[in-house]
Amino acid sequence: MPSEIYLELSTTDPPFPLSPLDLLIFLPILAALGIAFGAPARVTAIAAAAANLAIVIALWVGFKGGSDFQYTASRLVLDSPRIAYAVGLDGLSLILVLLSALVTFCAVWIKAPDSVSAKLWFISCLLISAGAMGAFVTTDLFFIYAFHELALIPTFLMIGLYGHGGREIRLHAAWKITIYLGLGSLILLAGLVWLVLKASPAGALTFDVASLKAGALLLDAATQKSIFLTLFIGFGVLISLFPFHSWAAPAYAAAPTPIAMLHAGVLKKFGLYGLLRIAIPLLPLGASACQNIMLWLLLGNIILIGLVTISQKSLDQVLGHSSVMHMGYVFLGLAAGNEIGYAGAVLLMFAHGVSIALLFALSGDVRRLTGSVEMSRLGGLAKRAPLLGLLFGMAAMASLGLPGFANFAAEVMVFFSGFQDSHGLIGPVQLTTIFALWGVVISAVYMLRAYRKVFLGPPGELPAADPAPLTLSQKFPLFLLVAALLVVGFYPNLLLNLVKPVLHLFASH
Amino acid sequence: MPAYVLEIVTLSLGLLLLLAEAFIGPTKKRLIGYAAIVGLTITFGLLPFVCNCEGTTPFWSFYTADSLALFYKGIALLTTIIVLILSLDYAPVLERFVARAGGGPAIGEFFALPVFICTGMMWMASAKDLTSIFVSLELITIAFYVMVAYQRKNKLSLEAGTKYLVLGALSTGFLIYGIAWLFGVTGQTNLVAIKEALQVTEHKTAALFALSLILVGLSFKVAAVPFQFWVPDVYQGAASPVTAYLSVGSKSAGFIIGYRLLEPFLASANLQHTTVSLLVAIAGATLLVGNMAAIPQTNFKRLLAYSSISHAGFLLLALGSLPHNSQLSPIQVVSFYLATYLIMTLLAFAVLGVIARVKGSDDLSAFDGLSQRSPFLAFAMLISAISLAGVPLTAGFLGKFFVFTLAVDSGHTWPVVIAVIGAVAGFYYYFKIIRSMYWNVTTDTTPITLEPLTKATIVALMVAAIVFGVCPQVIMSLLK
Repeated sequence: MPSEIYLELSTTDPPFPLSPLDLLIFLPILAALGIAFGAPARVTAIAAAAANLAIVIALWVGFKGGSDFQYTASRLVLDSPRIAYAVGLDGLSLILVLLSALVTFCAVWIKAPDSVSAKLWFISCLLISAGAMGAFVTTDLFFIYAFHELALIPTFLMIGLYGHGGREIRLHAAWKITIYLGLGSLILLAGLVWLVLKASPAGALTFDVASLKAGALLLDAATQKSIFLTLFIGFGVLISLFPFHSWAAPAYAAAPTPIAMLHAGVLKKFGLYGLLRIAIPLLPLGASACQNIMLWLLLGNIILIGLVTISQKSLDQVLGHSSVMHMGYVFLGLAAGNEIGYAGAVLLMFAHGVSIALLFALSGDVRRLTGSVEMSRLGGLAKRAPLLGLLFGMAAMASLGLPGFANFAAEVMVFFSGFQDSHGLIGPVQLTTIFALWGVVISAVYMLRAYRKVFLGPPGELPAADPAPLTLSQKFPLFLLVAALLVVGFYPNLLLNLVKPVLHLFASH
Repeated sequence: MPAYVLEIVTLSLGLLLLLAEAFIGPTKKRLIGYAAIVGLTITFGLLPFVCNCEGTTPFWSFYTADSLALFYKGIALLTTIIVLILSLDYAPVLERFVARAGGGPAIGEFFALPVFICTGMMWMASAKDLTSIFVSLELITIAFYVMVAYQRKNKLSLEAGTKYLVLGALSTGFLIYGIAWLFGVTGQTNLVAIKEALQVTEHKTAALFALSLILVGLSFKVAAVPFQFWVPDVYQGAASPVTAYLSVGSKSAGFIIGYRLLEPFLASANLQHTTVSLLVAIAGATLLVGNMAAIPQTNFKRLLAYSSISHAGFLLLALGSLPHNSQLSPIQVVSFYLATYLIMTLLAFAVLGVIARVKGSDDLSAFDGLSQRSPFLAFAMLISAISLAGVPLTAGFLGKFFVFTLAVDSGHTWPVVIAVIGAVAGFYYYFKIIRSMYWNVTTDTTPITLEPLTKATIVALMVAAIVFGVCPQVIMSLLK
């Protein structure tokens, strides 16, 4: 008897349950506060990011597999309608949390230029990271949405204050990204509210994704389609889906290096995460009804933006556009609507996040060493900075899908998924896949062209003298990102095994 | 303790302060301000001990003490306390504009009048009879006429005072005419009785005419389209603390009587549909005008004036909602929104007051490079701006979020579209303030010093803007 009583007592939840996942959100925020009150900026930021990376790896080691949320804790902030600050980790969010922690660590490792306020610089990086972490580990629609928006203000401030290019260019880019993302978020909000109102159990509005699922699956196809379309446009703006993409390339080209790494590498994945976490599993009928729209738009991303990328004249613009273009492949995986497609999409989210962060870091180095990223002014850099040339070459190859890098495994899965359910027929998905394959050629053209102009050929007008070789500290984040691409490239199951059980659940609808 | 004790205490405080004003030396007039703050803080402290029960004497047919009334009494007291703190900070500017030959500047009444306005707002929160509504409204409005025109050597202030007086009187005329028609239709002045009478009334057209006149009067008070045109001029001309008071106090008072007056119409099956359509149409127009006109503003007070108009649009949209399945009631959302609006608007005015005192200007360009001069003030203004814009994890977001929820639930598709467009425009014009403070540079980098009381107020408002953005439960449970 006494043991039973003890058991009962121990299973009652404490009034304010805690989870290690809270640390992931609050460590960066606390570090940012510390910096605001005078702690040494870069050291504090690196310490917080390193601690977060260590925590994520520890959580990964302790992760038990399966499709359930782990490390959960839920704290009610409003009882009616029911909103809870609830956190939890499943395979899908684990992969994105890993990506966030890795890219944040590399982004804050990079030294801030001497001309800027290091305080504001590192506080902004940490807040963006906290927002991304919060969006990926919370399981309540309200907080998923709210945390993502936390990144909006630091991004706006940093691009406007410390962006590249003339004052007009960076102000324009900062406004554009803010207004676009603001609009996208509000459309998304309208969609989420609609979903909550339609799918909540009778008389008890809730924002908990798991509780909404049962109600959402019962909705008729027409309602599902309307809600899905609203969510899709909202998330689509955040992902730079064609034709809502025009904010992305100028913003990334103008953004300071760590902001471009964090935004293109991590934050932009939020929209895709939202589709995979909310829109597709909760509204499967809506997703299949919108398949054709998705296919058309993603071709816009892959083919149109791909061609636009070829004509770019500066390295940053090439990278910015290429990041828009590659979103098309992730969409293709999602649109295919089968388990391989989803898995490929998730893997590509990770691979693209790492490779684009690496590319922006390298392009930041090119800018620092030569003073420009205009391709017409550069040339023969590989001879003068061999390591930079090698690393950029690897990153470029990764980005266009060379076997051995994570991107290859992911893109192959996405292309296979197009033919998974074809039964020998050529339908819209298969046709789109065939067109999308040409995107690989396009990306080879612009990546190799950029590489040739900047790193090969006769020496350009810049740099005037041989640049100083990279120091160990400057190499470190680059090596880390390359290593991540190679490890996942050689053994993609490292990540795929985590996410398969989750995807298996909703691919079966 | 019955609720009316609060009004008695506040009114006595106001009278005492006016009396004391005659005996206080010309250089010590600020003592009145401190005394008012202490007195009102004590009254605020009495609030939890007030019983929200009603008696049976005839008095209680004029006066209600429901939880809503108590909530708005709290809002009135808090607003007044903060406005008085801002006024003390603003006193040097005020003294310049009211100086007179021989004897010191007459600023004593400036600290006593808000106490009367506060009494009026508290009484109005409880008013449930057309007569008590009207009398309390006039107590507020007449005191505001004086406050707006107080800086008598400032032309802008006089212009604002005249405009406010003329248009205020006009709107009162409309309101009283509407009240007369409503009395004519129902034969009652008590709102509970009016509610019953409207359920069965045969005079639908006459009732709707009364409704339109009342809406005109209310639109003036809460700054709704098409009766919003006085707002930018009056906001710009009045002293910053008065503008803050108008913006928060006058608006919340307008919405509580708006709710009390409209509730009978919304409850009547016959009139409900038209009332909702009217409210939603006004809300849509207000959202559109407020947000679009705010975009090109370069004066901070005019910007906040248009922002105040756009917030009135959101509030009206909530008031005009008939939710199907959300557990939020329109008045709950309106009240929550007003509480958060109080926090972020007063925060903005607190920073503006300091800037106006230091720089002598309330143009947006006065904020240039504020992050260099005072990172603290810049951060406070940043919090206020993102909260006004409705960025999540701030109180302002939750207010907008609840309004969206109600409007989507009521099937108001078009107003929601307009509200989304308005909110995006809001991102632009509120971020313009952030741009000034962080992107623009200034040559003047002398640090700004703050009075401890002002600094404490700003910190408290900042913390509140974030805490209520994450834990709305505290406010919502007061509104059950």
